[in-house]
Amino acid sequence: MAGLLARRNVIFTLMSIEVMLNAAGLGFVAAGARWGQADGQVMFLFILAIAAAEVSVGLALVLRLYHLYKSLDVDASSLLKG
Amino acid sequence: MLITFYVAAAIAILSTVLTITRLNAVHALLYLVVSLLAIAIVFYVLGAPFIAALEVIIYAGAIMVLFIFVMMMLNLGERATGMERSWVTPGAWAGPAILAAILLIELAFTVATATRATEVQGTDPKQVALSLYGPYLLGVELVSMLLLAGIVGAYHLGWTSPEEKEAIDATKPDRERTPAGGDLVHAGVGRAAGPPQRDIYADVH
Repeated sequence: MAGLLARRNVIFTLMSIEVMLNAAGLGFVAAGARWGQADGQVMFLFILAIAAAEVSVGLALVLRLYHLYKSLDVDASSLLKG
Repeated sequence: MLITFYVAAAIAILSTVLTITRLNAVHALLYLVVSLLAIAIVFYVLGAPFIAALEVIIYAGAIMVLFIFVMMMLNLGERATGMERSWVTPGAWAGPAILAAILLIELAFTVATATRATEVQGTDPKQVALSLYGPYLLGVELVSMLLLAGIVGAYHLGWTSPEEKEAIDATKPDRERTPAGGDLVHAGVGRAAGPPQRDIYADVH
């Protein structure tokens, strides 16, 4: 489900991260349902909050990247220089 | 109920694969929304109705709106309207629409045939809440701090300094630039009290 991070577009990278977090959450909820515990759903709530924070910061970074390089290519920003 | 689960899971996998193989970001977003809705149905079948509702509201609602908003901001310009027209062709939204229609039929079927006997046995939200604010209280506090850091970080990254604004303006034609000194509010903002500053553009003048 999550193996295709080979895309060179920042937006697609962020979407793949969303899918991966979702898959982890699905695993937690399924395990919680299997053993009848509420812990799995609690963990999914935490994952949800993490995903929300991550995507807001990530998209702000995308905007900055686009202003700097006029492109959404992750390779454009391979040089670490302020 | 088992059929519901398998159909929703198949749709989730199919739309996720379609998401990461699309070339166009907007098409990928459409499939991603369908994938999240399918996973919400899977959650419901697994006995977590509260989590399913949260998945729809926060993932398919809030986070997708953020994505779409950023994509709109990235495509500002004259070409944007024509580009959007070429994106939203019937061929583009037909696939996600069909998958979403299957999910809707599934939901209607589940609601129509729901009785006491077929109701999903799962952990109720009350148990989740007791666990969340009992042993996991520290986690809730940590998440609140993480969200605060997210807000501050997004605000900091989204802020453009005046120098950067000038640099961006320099790339545009004259009439699209931000007016430099026309606004009375801006008058004298850059001048600090104290000794007059050196004219750094002396060689130009």
